[in-house]
Amino acid sequence: MEGTIKSKILDADGIRRAITRIAHEIVEKNKGTDRLVLVGIRRRGVPLAERIRQYIEKLEGVQVPLGILDITLYRDDLSTIDIHPVVHETDIPVSIEGKSVILVDDVLYTGRTARAALDATMDLGRPARIQLAVLVDRGHRELPIRADYVGKNLPTSRREIVAVRLQEVDKEEDVLLLEHEEDTSK
Amino acid sequence: MKWQRKDVLAIEDMSVDEIRHILHTAKVMKEILMRPIKKLPTLKGKSVVNLFYEASTRTRTSFEMAGKVLGADTTSIAVAQSSVSKGESLYDTAKTIQAMRADLVIIRHSSSGSAKFLADILDAGVINAGDGQHAHPTQALLDIFTMEEQLGDMNGKKVVIVGDVLHSRVARSNAWCLQKLGVDVTFVGPPTLVPFEMEGLGVKLAHDLDSVLPGADVVMALRLQLERQKSGLFPSLREYSQLYGLTTERLKKTEKQSIILHPGPMNRNVEISDEVADSAQALIERQVTNGVAIRMALIYLLIGGSSNVVA
Repeated sequence: MEGTIKSKILDADGIRRAITRIAHEIVEKNKGTDRLVLVGIRRRGVPLAERIRQYIEKLEGVQVPLGILDITLYRDDLSTIDIHPVVHETDIPVSIEGKSVILVDDVLYTGRTARAALDATMDLGRPARIQLAVLVDRGHRELPIRADYVGKNLPTSRREIVAVRLQEVDKEEDVLLLEHEEDTSK
Repeated sequence: MKWQRKDVLAIEDMSVDEIRHILHTAKVMKEILMRPIKKLPTLKGKSVVNLFYEASTRTRTSFEMAGKVLGADTTSIAVAQSSVSKGESLYDTAKTIQAMRADLVIIRHSSSGSAKFLADILDAGVINAGDGQHAHPTQALLDIFTMEEQLGDMNGKKVVIVGDVLHSRVARSNAWCLQKLGVDVTFVGPPTLVPFEMEGLGVKLAHDLDSVLPGADVVMALRLQLERQKSGLFPSLREYSQLYGLTTERLKKTEKQSIILHPGPMNRNVEISDEVADSAQALIERQVTNGVAIRMALIYLLIGGSSNVVA
């Protein structure tokens, strides 16, 4: 991780509680699990969506369909970024036509990823509605986008970095707030 | 890995990592191609020009569709109706296309080396869609993609390529590509069309098809260029067909569920019988679909980002 750790925002228990609450809220707001489809945005949205699915199964005894969305080809910064990102597969096993799609991501920041995910989802069909669930909302939106389910609202400065680490991807389980290594020459 | 190529001209100078990266990207592209709404905004505002000096249906259409699915604007120049017929040189045509701010040029030309010539003068990217007898890299990539899709990792497997190898850029590009990935490659055909000098490519050579079929996982028929008969390279179509034509009976000699490929266009009942061409073993239409996916991958990799480095 680039930057120095300022504080731990959530530990493993904190993440678990946030996800459990989001799972409850999804079921409550959608009045059950009928026509729900969970879609994780690569990369850390995928294990989060999987966990939400497990909680919903515990609560309701229903396995909600789970898909994976790769938004690389929908990014608005493809022609400006330096790196040429590797594309991965999008894999949504059911039709999203007329469904309630819950997009899941780790951090909501500028809203550009969510915008790309909305476009990518809509190219796959016409869902009845799309909702957004995130573990952390750190503010600084650049587009008119908001989340329907938020694990933790976290006011940040733009210099700070929010690092979500999940067991499945990072072999660690926490949310950290980091400060960019300051360039003292400025 | 880092993707740093401006052009794709041949498989020869590609690393295994690059080939793997293209195949991985093509897998993603194929999923997109199979969607009901197959349109992406990825290459909005990029322009791709198809410059085809030789006849082609599938390759040109395939590149055109690939560009369009990714959101690029594609234009095809039919040479017969262009200034080329007034005697414009390849150099000047290329400069003109560059002046129109094309981002990528796809070229097919009867002279070996023409794609390289173009790549050296243009700032735009260049993809070789077949240059003379030299190379046809996108065909080789779609062939290995199709083989692996059906058979899994091809390392250690056996591929037999039958026919007019001498004049075939498809065979040459396949030899490079397959051998880099650890595949055992045999060229087979009459001595006039499979001369011993071709051993330089590292492949095995044979003149008796029946003797090399046992154990073959893939049998690829090449199109017999009928004009070769006039130059005396083989005596008659009937004899050629009897010795080298793929028939159901003959393919039993592989002793396994081999897959049959053909780069098209086919001369039915010459190099491949109707029965084989329309059988479940033949993945000829799948090759065409996969060709679009491979070309999408290459177009994306060449002009999808500002600087072509892969994280």
